[in-house]
Amino acid sequence: MPLQERNNFALTLRNVDWLTVAIYLLMVVAGAISIYAASYDFDEASIFSFDEFSGKQLRWIGLSLGLALVLLLIDARMYETYAYPIYAVMLVVLAVTPFIAPDIKGSHSWIVLGPVSLQPAEFAKFATALALAKLFSGYHFLLNAKASNYVRAVAIIIVPIVLILAQNETGSALTFMALFFVLYREGMSGLILFAALLSVVIFVVVVKFAESTVLGMPSGEFAVFIIVEVMVVAMAVVYNKRFEVARNLVLWFAGSGIALWVAAGLCGVELPGMIVMLSVIGVAVVYTVVEALRSRGHRLLIAAFSAVYGVVFMFCVHAAFNHLQPHQQMRIKVVLGIEQDLRGAGYNVNQSKIAIGSGGLLGKGFLNGTQTKLKYVPEQHTDFIFCTIGEEEGFIGSLAVTVLFLALILRTISIAERQHSAFSRVYAYCVASYFIFHFCINIGMVIGLCPVIGIPLPFFSYGGSSLWGFTILLFIMLRLDAARRGRP
Amino acid sequence: MRKNYNLEKRKYVIGGFIVLIAVIYLVRLFDLQINDGKYKQRADSNAFLKKTVYPSRGLIYDRNGELVVYNQPAYDVMLIPRDVQPFDTLDFCRTLNITPDALRKRFADMRDKRLNPGYSSYTPQRLISQLSSQDYGRLQEKLYRFPGFFIQKRILRQYNHATAANVLGNIREVNADDVKRDEYYTAGDYTGDLGVEKSYEPYLRGHKGVEILIRDARGRIQGRYEDGAHDVAPVSGRDIRLSLDIRLQEYAESLMVGKRGAVVAIEPSTGEILCLVSSPTYDPRLLVGRQRGENYRKLVNDETWPLFDRALMGAYPPGSTFKPTQGLILLQEGIINLQTTYPCYHGYINGGLRVGCHSHGSPLPLKPALQTSCNAFFCWGFKNMIDRRSKYGSSANAFEIWKKHLVSMGYGYKLGVDLPGESRGFLPNAKFYDKFYSEGHWSANTIISVSIGQGEILATPLQIANLCATIANRGWFITPHVVKQIQDTVMPDGMLDRRRPTIDEHWYADIAEGMRMAVTGGTCRRAALKDIAVAGKTGTAQNPHGKDHSAFMGFAPYEEPRIAVAAYVENAGFGATFGVPIGSLVMEKYLTGTIAPERKYMEQQMLNSTLYYAPARKK
Repeated sequence: MPLQERNNFALTLRNVDWLTVAIYLLMVVAGAISIYAASYDFDEASIFSFDEFSGKQLRWIGLSLGLALVLLLIDARMYETYAYPIYAVMLVVLAVTPFIAPDIKGSHSWIVLGPVSLQPAEFAKFATALALAKLFSGYHFLLNAKASNYVRAVAIIIVPIVLILAQNETGSALTFMALFFVLYREGMSGLILFAALLSVVIFVVVVKFAESTVLGMPSGEFAVFIIVEVMVVAMAVVYNKRFEVARNLVLWFAGSGIALWVAAGLCGVELPGMIVMLSVIGVAVVYTVVEALRSRGHRLLIAAFSAVYGVVFMFCVHAAFNHLQPHQQMRIKVVLGIEQDLRGAGYNVNQSKIAIGSGGLLGKGFLNGTQTKLKYVPEQHTDFIFCTIGEEEGFIGSLAVTVLFLALILRTISIAERQHSAFSRVYAYCVASYFIFHFCINIGMVIGLCPVIGIPLPFFSYGGSSLWGFTILLFIMLRLDAARRGRP
Repeated sequence: MRKNYNLEKRKYVIGGFIVLIAVIYLVRLFDLQINDGKYKQRADSNAFLKKTVYPSRGLIYDRNGELVVYNQPAYDVMLIPRDVQPFDTLDFCRTLNITPDALRKRFADMRDKRLNPGYSSYTPQRLISQLSSQDYGRLQEKLYRFPGFFIQKRILRQYNHATAANVLGNIREVNADDVKRDEYYTAGDYTGDLGVEKSYEPYLRGHKGVEILIRDARGRIQGRYEDGAHDVAPVSGRDIRLSLDIRLQEYAESLMVGKRGAVVAIEPSTGEILCLVSSPTYDPRLLVGRQRGENYRKLVNDETWPLFDRALMGAYPPGSTFKPTQGLILLQEGIINLQTTYPCYHGYINGGLRVGCHSHGSPLPLKPALQTSCNAFFCWGFKNMIDRRSKYGSSANAFEIWKKHLVSMGYGYKLGVDLPGESRGFLPNAKFYDKFYSEGHWSANTIISVSIGQGEILATPLQIANLCATIANRGWFITPHVVKQIQDTVMPDGMLDRRRPTIDEHWYADIAEGMRMAVTGGTCRRAALKDIAVAGKTGTAQNPHGKDHSAFMGFAPYEEPRIAVAAYVENAGFGATFGVPIGSLVMEKYLTGTIAPERKYMEQQMLNSTLYYAPARKK
């Protein structure tokens, strides 16, 4: 028995994807060095002092390596067997967290266990991924087979989001939205992602161009109408292949618009631009629906539906935006360049851009970054750790980190695709999705392309929970991957 | 094994998406780090120095536009420890006139994390605070020899008059609590302490500005970052115009020298406080600059409590100045009318109880009772109200109604003056007596002394002055306040609303008449002025601390009052001996600008008398 065990473990080690492990180790070590640099203080510094962030992080790293080993030792089948129980326990922990967690900057997301504080939201990531994978591994489970499958999949994703929102940790909660990538890979219609993209575009346009007006309406709304019209025509081309419909649509747009103006002019009525645009779109939607039914080209209905969705969503934007908290509104306005607010919401981002920008091609050199050391950049060792890298290692350093993440994500996708079981594939896609989300949002906010959402950069940002959470996530995947040959 | 090759293609969409994002980010990073000149230029420069620019604090004027509090610059020597290079210590010390040992100690203190928790070798630290302008000038010239050092300009307060310290307040460095409470502050900032400086801090302080300077690798200032494009200019604080007449304040303070107590004068039609004197007081200049700490400690330990603003924190028995309120309540409740008379046989004698009174006619109605300050009249009235079960059901109910009227006149609760630390005085309620005597076991006679402002009743001199202003207005008052105007701002909402006690206005005329009679032929004849009709009421309050307190409240002119005053002198005997002269002199000075020759002797008497107080017991 012991002999066989050892052989099994030896087998596992041989089958582990060492490329991923290498990327992981590189990142963790680079992360520790960055944290050391970010919190370095000339007066009193020792990398092994456990009071310093870097010292603590080293301890966390040591523990995660042990954790990784344990995860590789566990039989791969255990993960599938215990997926739901693990998920259930995690949900319970998430649910009680707000009640037992102390108030830290308004959020109740840290459980204090003696000397360490843990953030359950980070550990909910792998549990949710396991549960989602388990759902998809059901016998002949096909997402598109019936609607209830969607309900179950979405429920698995939404429940932790709600529980984490209750802890007032919006950033962590949002990361679970990344799992919709997995649903897409498993058959969810691309239209939903398209709708999400359309929503983001409309939101940005409406909020950004709310000040000026065109034809008596805000130019944001005007632009949305134009976007929707172009989109309908484009979809008509894609879905119909014949250009007739598209051509007619253009004529309908122009014709009905001109007709309305002329009619209004003759009657001496001042027509608000909003009414004209709505009528024009309405006419086009009716035409598209009629054409779709007539030619049985039901896919044209999608174009009509998208147009209606776009317009309705446009009207909701202001209400939704005003519903956000003032600091969140401010962060969005800062990213969109509407507000400068260098002393408030824009301060972090402006300072982090200055820090990164001052790095140049080669950077100022290890421990020589003054911007980050002078504490101009808040949260420099956690969410804004990328600043230190950008400042001290320059463009070369940022390029290296970006490439490392790209490699990790692409490698994860390729691992996912080579799995034989749906469980392993879906799980690996979950892992990839989390990394995609964290990478996009974290680096995006540091370089001023995304609103500031406080989520860490995996393996780089200071913090045990985040490091452990991602380590568990990654090594369960590696363990499943190592076993793929054994279980066709 | 299930594989859906159609779906598998979607890996290209997902992979493509992340590659696209990575490319966008790399382009952006390239732009930020290599392409963009403004960041590149600073790749050489070591760092920015963010220098706080302190705004000038709002000035304070008196009601006549006379400048009372202004700013005086002071200079702090700052340094960034990491940038400091070996420098000529002796030269530095000679420039600032300090010994090398003192300098060494300053450095040690600065580095001591217990004394200076915010210490970091990267951020600006304060080495020496509040240089004189001479030292500043000498150091400024040589500053280039001391890399890492710079000078920060600060604002100190200075005072044109050695008066009104309790109203003006002063400024002090913020403490840890301030920083936690209000995110505007950072360590080293100043904030208002006491008085108007504290209550109007948000208006006076303005907004701090920031200047961003670029330094080279050796820490020398190279100039402003992007020509100050990112600087934030400081916004000066707003100037404040007090309702105080600083000359009157000074005069009233001089009358109170050597005595303990308070003088409060209010312009009845506006609620504006004309003077607010607490004695003994101190020179506000003591709390400015480097000697502030030591002087403050001395003031705190002074057994005469100069920091205690007796005018609004001191709760005293109001004594006979309370009687007008009683007249008003009795009239309003229909217990008496103007003809009702009560007997006085050298006092109130009922049920084995006796409250003494002095000689005057008997029986007598309300106005003469006010004129002669008859105790018996008000005791009888009080008894008839509190014990009238046919009307109120119980003494407790009657007492609650009695109390409700007093609350509406401003007793028992803070009036809401725009200064910190106001006391609410004390007004018992029925529950208080239920607890003290047990329910149903008390009646008017048990608590009869409250009817003449003794016993449990306590009021601040401000509340007494406010009562006087209400009577002067014949039935309403505006919350007393010391600030008349804030630059570019309207006064806070509701501050200037008329407040009406629950007494019908026409009764006030009768009370005013009684007070007028007290001056023409009653207890406060000494308050009479030659050409101006004065109304007044004396008070002599027994207290457990020694001799009676001497109190007076009065207003003038009788028909169109321009000033209502309350004077309260601790342990000074009859109301007529100190309260009346001081109160009437303040009125005369305000109304005529001078003191009539025939009253000069009274002024001299007040200016020169010093009362003896037994050493205070520690509380």
